Amino acid sequence: MSALPKLAVWKLASCDGCQLTLLDCEDELLTLSGQVEIAHFLEASSAADPGPYDLSLVEGSVTTAADAERVRHIRAVSRRLVTIGACATAGGIQALRNFADVEEFRAAVYARPDYIETLATSTPVSAHVPVDFELQGCPIDRRQLIEVITAHLAGRKPGIPGHSVCFECKRRGTVCVTVAHGTPCLGPVTHAGCGAICPAYGRGCYGCFGPSSSTNLPALIPRLRTDGLDDRDVLRLLRTFNAYAPAFAEASTALDRDEGSTP
Amino acid sequence: MTHRGSRVLRVGSLSRVEGEGALHLRVHGGRVSEARLQIYEPPRFFEAFLRGRAYTEPPDITARVCGICPVAYQMSACAAVEDACGVSVGGQLAELRRLLYCGEWIESQTLHIYLLHAPDFLGCVSVIDLARTHRADVERGLRLKQTGNALMELLGGRAIHPVNVRVGGFHRAPTREELRPLYERLKRAMDDAWATVRWVSRFDFPDAACDEDFFALSEAGRYAIAAGTPTVLPGDGGPQRAFPVRDFSEHVVERQVPHSTGLQSELDGRRHLTGSLARYAINGRLLSPPARQAAREAGLGPVCRNPFRSIVVRAVEVLYAIDEAMRIIDAYERPPRPSVEVPPRAGTGHGATEAPRGLLYHRYTLDADGTVTDARLVPPTAQNQGAIEEDLRRLVQGAMDDGDPGDTELTALCERVIRNHDPCISCSTHFLELTVERV
Repeated sequence: MSALPKLAVWKLASCDGCQLTLLDCEDELLTLSGQVEIAHFLEASSAADPGPYDLSLVEGSVTTAADAERVRHIRAVSRRLVTIGACATAGGIQALRNFADVEEFRAAVYARPDYIETLATSTPVSAHVPVDFELQGCPIDRRQLIEVITAHLAGRKPGIPGHSVCFECKRRGTVCVTVAHGTPCLGPVTHAGCGAICPAYGRGCYGCFGPSSSTNLPALIPRLRTDGLDDRDVLRLLRTFNAYAPAFAEASTALDRDEGSTP
Repeated sequence: MTHRGSRVLRVGSLSRVEGEGALHLRVHGGRVSEARLQIYEPPRFFEAFLRGRAYTEPPDITARVCGICPVAYQMSACAAVEDACGVSVGGQLAELRRLLYCGEWIESQTLHIYLLHAPDFLGCVSVIDLARTHRADVERGLRLKQTGNALMELLGGRAIHPVNVRVGGFHRAPTREELRPLYERLKRAMDDAWATVRWVSRFDFPDAACDEDFFALSEAGRYAIAAGTPTVLPGDGGPQRAFPVRDFSEHVVERQVPHSTGLQSELDGRRHLTGSLARYAINGRLLSPPARQAAREAGLGPVCRNPFRSIVVRAVEVLYAIDEAMRIIDAYERPPRPSVEVPPRAGTGHGATEAPRGLLYHRYTLDADGTVTDARLVPPTAQNQGAIEEDLRRLVQGAMDDGDPGDTELTALCERVIRNHDPCISCSTHFLELTVERV
């Protein structure tokens, strides 16, 4: 019998990118496999241990009744449950249905919508069960993932700061794209973790890590307008990969009321 | 061995595939009456919510269909939007796109070879398990995969959902100096690629042959990756034929079946297969000299129809992608601007590129200000599903004829058959034409 802590990786509605992040830890993967027992990880292994598990990483959002049931099971067999990525943490891109009519979506995509089972909403795992930690990002960052797993093994709180992408730009020495070029950028309200790659590649942040721990969208939106976005553009920018994250959803819904059009 | 008249085999969750699927097999009197690959990945409605988005958004948005081949989605999206706007991107920008795509081929094909597929041939449940007995091989695979990731990270900003791609080109084009260290790294990776081809070519391959029509892009003078003309190599020995990308929907007709959220499709009324086997059969003579030599040494003829040997073809393609990436970097001159202007206009555009798993088609209709009014995505796995089911039916039948194997053995065989095709199940997207199956 293995005395190692048991790790499980689960997937709900998602693109697989966040669990792939674990397989992208090429330098750490074999070391990690000596410190935890990868007990359940369908994408990587055909051996499945029924649990219970010390740590469950959950990717993907809840979009079907069966997945809502499954997430309760995962909670029941996991000592700690960590969500990985925008889908599991904020409902993901598929949460765009939450601002629209899912019946219309279903009919637009499928000739036989009656074959397709889906809930009217895409919701984060925390809407269904208690969650111990939420790791943001679309996709999550490899270094942050290693930190979360390591912290769990050491029995401490993960050192994932809640500050914004702006801090990472400063640290990286990237000139502010908004100040220097008037490029619209969600950096001031977006959670750090990616390493501020978009500004380093000459584009504004598009918010794929979701809201930082303190956001001030009412202050940022006028600035986005000054930088050339109309309200429809701002609405689209907020409604992408983290559309259902409370801070973004609130701001976009307020805009939608003023604008009266939904992208 | 007992011979049972009738049984149903269910594999609840397929492992070591991308996305979520299950398998349902029905056997009556020693005959396989039904083999269904069931995709239960919940639908995510990409084609519905793309409507109303700006024409600049599909590359970032559709990347999220699949974390394992985001570049493929970005490239097909760019090609389709640019087609709608009447713009073509050539020169060094097109070369940079091909270079980024090489990074994804190296990363994704190596992931498939080492982490998903090789354990089947060596009797292991996972790459971790494999590392216990084949540590050096696994380390080589991880190193190779990391080289693909490094290429995507430099050019795309990150390996999963790169940020640097845009309609018209890139947000920022790298300098020659920035690409140089990558060249050195790729040069070292060549040794690992050769060792991979040799390693997988010595695996024990069951006898098998598929008879589907092969379907891949072809391009004049080079192995098609980021562009080309849809080309069909019939399985019955008929002549090769091609058609323009804009006619894709007339040839590839999709239907919805009750057991799957992914759609199934036929090409001119027949089952077809996209991906490495098809690409190699259609374009193999256009591989670079080292890749052709690797194919020869690995014992691949001009056409390989054994799905179990697809791992060898993938290894050859990894070697080619490395060679090609080095060629592009060597000849690279930084373009004066990182992208060309793409002014919006009303119209419909089509784009197809070669995802690691096969041909990926996008179509967008835009209105005059560039708002997307209609979107259609046809991923390779949806196209391959019929061929995978036929493979399952044929190989399970063969196993039954050779003496009825137990459920555990049969399950293992079915999982192997599915993994041969590198299915990417997250890409369940949508549909067009309806056929109701009455069982």
